Amino acid sequence: MSELFDGKEGTQHLLMGNEAIARGALEAGVRVAAGYPGTPSSEIIESLARVADKANMYVEWSVNEKVAMEVAAAGSFAELRSLTAMKQNGVNVASDFLLHLAGSGTRGGMVLVPCEDPGALSSINEGESRYFARMMELPLLEPGDFQEVKDMVKWAFELSEELRMLVVLRSVTRLSHASGMVTYGPLPPREATARFRHEGFVLDPQEGVLISAPVGYKHELQQGKIRKAREMFENSPFNTYTGPEKPEVLIITSSACTLYSKEAVHLLGLKDRVGILKLGTTWPLPVNLLTRYLSLTDTIFIVEEVIPFMEENIKVIAAERAAEIGIKKFYGKNDGTLPMVGELNPDFVIGALCKILNIEYKARPDEYTQAAQNIPFTGEAPHRELTFCPGCPHRASFWSIHNALELDGRKGFVCGDIGCYAMAMLPTGFSVVKTVHAMGSGSGIASGFGKLGQFHFDQPIVAVCGDSTFFHTAIPALINARHHKADFTLVILDNSGTAMTGFQPHPGLDVNALGDTVPSIDIADVCRSMGARVEVRDPFDLEETRKVLNELMEDEEGLKVLILRQICTLSPEKKAGKKYEMSINEEICIGENCGCNRLCTRIFRCPGLVWDTERQVTKLDEVICIGCGVCADICPAGAIQRKEAGIS
Amino acid sequence: MTGNALPKDPYNVIITGVGGQGNVLASRILANMLVRKGYAVTIGETFGASQRGGSVMSHLRVSRQGSWSPQIPKGKADVVVALEPTEAVRVLADYGNPDIMIVSNTRPVHSVGVIAGDLEYPPLEQTKKKAEELSARAWFIDATDEALKLGHPILGNVIMLGALAGMSPLPLDMEDFKAVMLTSLSADKLDINVRAFTLGRELVSH
Ligand code: SF4
Ligand code: SF4
Repeated sequence: MSELFDGKEGTQHLLMGNEAIARGALEAGVRVAAGYPGTPSSEIIESLARVADKANMYVEWSVNEKVAMEVAAAGSFAELRSLTAMKQNGVNVASDFLLHLAGSGTRGGMVLVPCEDPGALSSINEGESRYFARMMELPLLEPGDFQEVKDMVKWAFELSEELRMLVVLRSVTRLSHASGMVTYGPLPPREATARFRHEGFVLDPQEGVLISAPVGYKHELQQGKIRKAREMFENSPFNTYTGPEKPEVLIITSSACTLYSKEAVHLLGLKDRVGILKLGTTWPLPVNLLTRYLSLTDTIFIVEEVIPFMEENIKVIAAERAAEIGIKKFYGKNDGTLPMVGELNPDFVIGALCKILNIEYKARPDEYTQAAQNIPFTGEAPHRELTFCPGCPHRASFWSIHNALELDGRKGFVCGDIGCYAMAMLPTGFSVVKTVHAMGSGSGIASGFGKLGQFHFDQPIVAVCGDSTFFHTAIPALINARHHKADFTLVILDNSGTAMTGFQPHPGLDVNALGDTVPSIDIADVCRSMGARVEVRDPFDLEETRKVLNELMEDEEGLKVLILRQICTLSPEKKAGKKYEMSINEEICIGENCGCNRLCTRIFRCPGLVWDTERQVTKLDEVICIGCGVCADICPAGAIQRKEAGIS
Repeated sequence: MTGNALPKDPYNVIITGVGGQGNVLASRILANMLVRKGYAVTIGETFGASQRGGSVMSHLRVSRQGSWSPQIPKGKADVVVALEPTEAVRVLADYGNPDIMIVSNTRPVHSVGVIAGDLEYPPLEQTKKKAEELSARAWFIDATDEALKLGHPILGNVIMLGALAGMSPLPLDMEDFKAVMLTSLSADKLDINVRAFTLGRELVSH
């Protein structure tokens, strides 16, 4: 992995998009990087953290995205180059600060990298941050392949310094989490000095104070910078055209859609009929450049994800320049040529081009399609539902939460939020979670539910959050709940890390992104200091967990917190060896006849337990089982047995 | 850098399996072996939520020309490496074609729906038949079982890569395999991996 830093200038490497972003930042001499983990963005900060020492950088996982952006801004204010990375949602979290930063301007080059997730491959939304660039009046760049990802990051820093404003570089899952070839450039010297100058004339951009006021003056200044950006974009080498001089159709595209468009033109053999204008600078749009290319043909096809951002902005230009360029026929999202939701792929572009040009394309013989296309629905390949990992502490936690709610009998429910545990909406968590929104929102919503008593609301409310989420945004919600005397029980599923994104540390741990030992903040102490009743248990102790939960639910007064502490099964320590050797006593397992409704496999559903249809008993899959031992307590007959394993 | 010609450019490989089977790692090893031969490789992979029990797929585009879409167009896969048998046929629905070649592990991973009895898992014979019917050639090998004999189930992936080396036109040499493995492994673990790779190659060589 240190190849990211040690690789020589001019050598070619297979890099994940996020690694290419990190390399670009290193080549630009970035000194400060801060972010909050979120798929598909996490590897950017992770990669930088790994080489921070060699590169003379400061890197941190911040408590949330707003703070990350503030930390990075401090770097810029002190005349260093800084970067902040986050997933699409993170920009919403940071947006309050972002608006002010856009107004105050920056000093050292500062780049914001939002990584978006068209198609919601690992999100529960497909939000766009491109509109923030427009709304906050900031320049927006979108790289179209892996080499460009790296080169553009470097350019983004230069641009930021030239304009003294934050530059946004947008990636998407299919770049961030895909890999391609990248040729390295040189790395700058290690030395750097930070200094914040604040004693000059108030309005001096390099020596005065940093503030977005006087608003009229600063706002106008900002708009001047954006106009300058537009001029620079007119000649940017990242806006490229490939195709004939007089194409029948002009595709205008950006980001990963560039690769889809290229593939479609290649497969359909249309390179003499269709041109591709790839835009690397998507806000503000280069008006003259667009005017030039829009003049080439009257049929324009705009390919982008997810909402028609470029499409609508280009149409404005086409309207303004109509006298010059004539009337255009536009294809894209607004007319339904491409879908308005979900991610695109080469096939969407192929289908659209076939429609526009009235041509036919067959990827394979019809007979084959007929025989193959129904496979996922005919039982040839049974559907795979998402599930908690074998040995996941959340399965055990939700088992107890589910049982406690059933026993309580008042139709209680769980308000959830973002983390692996959001999957508890599904049968894998016994479908107990009923609301999922933003990070920390489970606690905030529960705080609201907890005040509905005056309207005869009498269902018990349980909220869940993870340990990282607790620090991210649950704390203010809890403070709110306690202060307003809202009644609910918060279960903190503390698995010692940000598991969903790959174990990034958070303030509850005594280690930071750089691997240094640091003070940890104890979750129980924080909750107690608010005056909440706090209990701590091991979720693998099913009976005790259920009992204490019922007790807390019955205690109707105020805020109660149950911390369920058990390390994530994927954590390196856990993976080292099995705690228990598990076995099934087939004599005792009587399957369907047991009266338990096959509790182990039908209800508890750990993938380590499989049902042997022939012999009608539960079987253990020793390749999958990680030996957590929990299922031994599930089987009422005692057929699942555990034995302390000799530590391997 | 050698002049190995590909039967098609880009040449498209899909590695498919279930979350947790080490799909991503396998695609990285394969890609880096090809990069050593001078090819440009693009990998598209799905991970994140799919780490947990869902189907996972990596798309590899091998080319002399540069970056291609990280998603293979429909019907255009050339080879499928399946770490789980029903995943081998699932892939065909979207990416299969009459010329495709398949190499699949035989060991099933039951989905939760199957475990719960809501769905049925097809018998291996049926899966094989379907795969053979919808491909130019299909190999089924007991990679996990063989890996367990070697001492660790995760070696199943290396056996599968060895098998790919034995059945596909891709230039996958032992030398490149060793070099790539050594970037992430200690030298003492290399031997067992080399044995797994060789075993995979032998399992398809009839
Ligand atoms: S990654 Fe950890 S927390 Fe997430 S499902 Fe797996 S075991 Fe559970
Ligand atoms: S011990 Fe039981 S619950 Fe734990 S991983 Fe194995 S099968 Fe699953």
